[in-house]
Amino acid sequence: MTRSIALIDCNNFYVSCERVFNPQLVGKPVVVLSNNDGCVVARSNEVKAQGVRMGQPWFQLNNLAKQHGIVAYSSNYPLYADMSNRVMGMLATFSPDIEVYSIDECFLDFSGFKTQDLTLYSQHIRQKIKQWIGLPVCVGIGATKTLAKLANYLAKNNPEFNGVCNFSVMMPQQQNDWFSQIAVSEVWGIGRNLTPKLHQQGIHTVLDLKQANPASMRSRFSVIIEKTIREINGIVCIELEEMAAAKKQIVSSRSFGAPVSDLASLEQAVSLYVNCAVEKLRRQQSYASTLFVSIRTSPFNKKAAYYKNGLTIPLPMQTDNIKLLTKAALWGLRKIYRKGYKYQKAAVVLSELVSANNRQSDLFDSELSGCKSDKLMNIISKINAVMGKGTLKLASEGYRQPWKLRQSNKSSSYTTNWNELIHVTK
Amino acid sequence: MDIYNSMVIAHLPKKQKPATHNLLTPLIIKYAEHTQSVNVCSLSAAKKLATFPLYTSKVAAGFPSPADDYIEKRLNPNDYLITNDTSTFFVQVKGDSMIDAGIFEKDILVVDRSRTAQMGDIVLAVVDGEFTVKILNQSEAGVCLIPANKNYAVIQIKENQVFEIWGVVTGSMRKFK
Repeated sequence: MTRSIALIDCNNFYVSCERVFNPQLVGKPVVVLSNNDGCVVARSNEVKAQGVRMGQPWFQLNNLAKQHGIVAYSSNYPLYADMSNRVMGMLATFSPDIEVYSIDECFLDFSGFKTQDLTLYSQHIRQKIKQWIGLPVCVGIGATKTLAKLANYLAKNNPEFNGVCNFSVMMPQQQNDWFSQIAVSEVWGIGRNLTPKLHQQGIHTVLDLKQANPASMRSRFSVIIEKTIREINGIVCIELEEMAAAKKQIVSSRSFGAPVSDLASLEQAVSLYVNCAVEKLRRQQSYASTLFVSIRTSPFNKKAAYYKNGLTIPLPMQTDNIKLLTKAALWGLRKIYRKGYKYQKAAVVLSELVSANNRQSDLFDSELSGCKSDKLMNIISKINAVMGKGTLKLASEGYRQPWKLRQSNKSSSYTTNWNELIHVTK
Repeated sequence: MDIYNSMVIAHLPKKQKPATHNLLTPLIIKYAEHTQSVNVCSLSAAKKLATFPLYTSKVAAGFPSPADDYIEKRLNPNDYLITNDTSTFFVQVKGDSMIDAGIFEKDILVVDRSRTAQMGDIVLAVVDGEFTVKILNQSEAGVCLIPANKNYAVIQIKENQVFEIWGVVTGSMRKFK
């Protein structure tokens, strides 16, 4: 049976969230910047038209921003998360089989809906989300997840679809016509590294990739590209994952508000990032086997010397203990720290995660692996959940945190804080 | 399960044995936690049972509370104010243009976007990018927004104006302390 899988994707999600609560931004060029106001992470269509790229550093855009009156917002994740939950909650009422793929994307399986006109149904979903939550979305429908992604790309970029592109009602020739117009780099899973290699093989468009031989491409590249080719040809190789799979690694990294030179400030930052990572680790009930810590200076500052280093630390036991993980991270940090550089970013990565059930116990049942630390960790988590993030923390995180985030133009938490509601003045 | 239960019960003082079978759960847990000699397996099984909040009253001497069969959910203001959680937002009033409709400065309004506005509804509208709360109405000249305070003028929506109904105001909240 041919499947019908839909991908629903919010248009310019972060920008659209800002516009719901600030209607004056409608029609104006708006960007949302990453943590620390570093790079562009969301662009309105007006900004895209100016050629601003995703991930472009904001300081490079100073002149363009002045010239076109681009409005820049700091990212407001509490707001985006709440709006995302509202959208996903609504989408779950349109199909029993859903996979929340990211903060602004969701797959719905419509395979059992054969009697429905799926294009019409999708238009209904679009209209309802726009009314209830105020966010514009596009829908792409295809026989596989990869095709649904491509259909969504077409729906976004071609006004004639009116926000819904449905491959399953297109003739094969018509589909191929569209495929010949889409660059191969737009295909789900074809990254920046693979694209030039595919170009060398004469594969430039989605149609080229569709017609490539899966077996020989597999031997030349990987099994993943074979799956991708089959998916473009309508054969399901990637199923919907209804339960969000536990993450295989957890990354906590951020740029600093101001460059940092001294070890003490770096230690505070790294401690905080360990804290964030451990919170996520404990939420998915996993234990980490290794920890990676890294620091670097700004790659954009041509005047100062560039230094970047990282260290992977195998842990003595699989653990979620914040004391042990912080100790390991700080030990690693001191190994890679060099005096005389202006550091701009630090990162902590927990990897080789195992679930609580599969955890190997320690032969030497030390204090850290035993019940005592579990109890302590649970109490810290509970207190922080009730009293607010960071109420209890290790002293190594420091109190002043001068290196902390720069968020110069963050909008209010309109939906999560009573003191920050919209004020209706007229 | 029954095996575990009986293992735990064996450690209970005799006079505190439960009177009826369906009272087992809360009582077992209460004592299981204080009974050192229970083996690990039965203790953990008993602890798992603790996640079912079947009874609210403590069973002290084997007599159940006569109210246990009549427990209902306590009143929750959310249920009263909100019919559609997903599409409901809150905004705060600044100004006095709606005082005759009982909407005052600092009131928090409940706005439901899933409702289709009817004539006569109090709506949160956006006129030329500005939020305003007014009564939706229709005049010969088209849509208009009527204040509930005679000191304010009716807003007549002109053809070239950007006008949108953001949501329907379904309630308001005010605290005195």
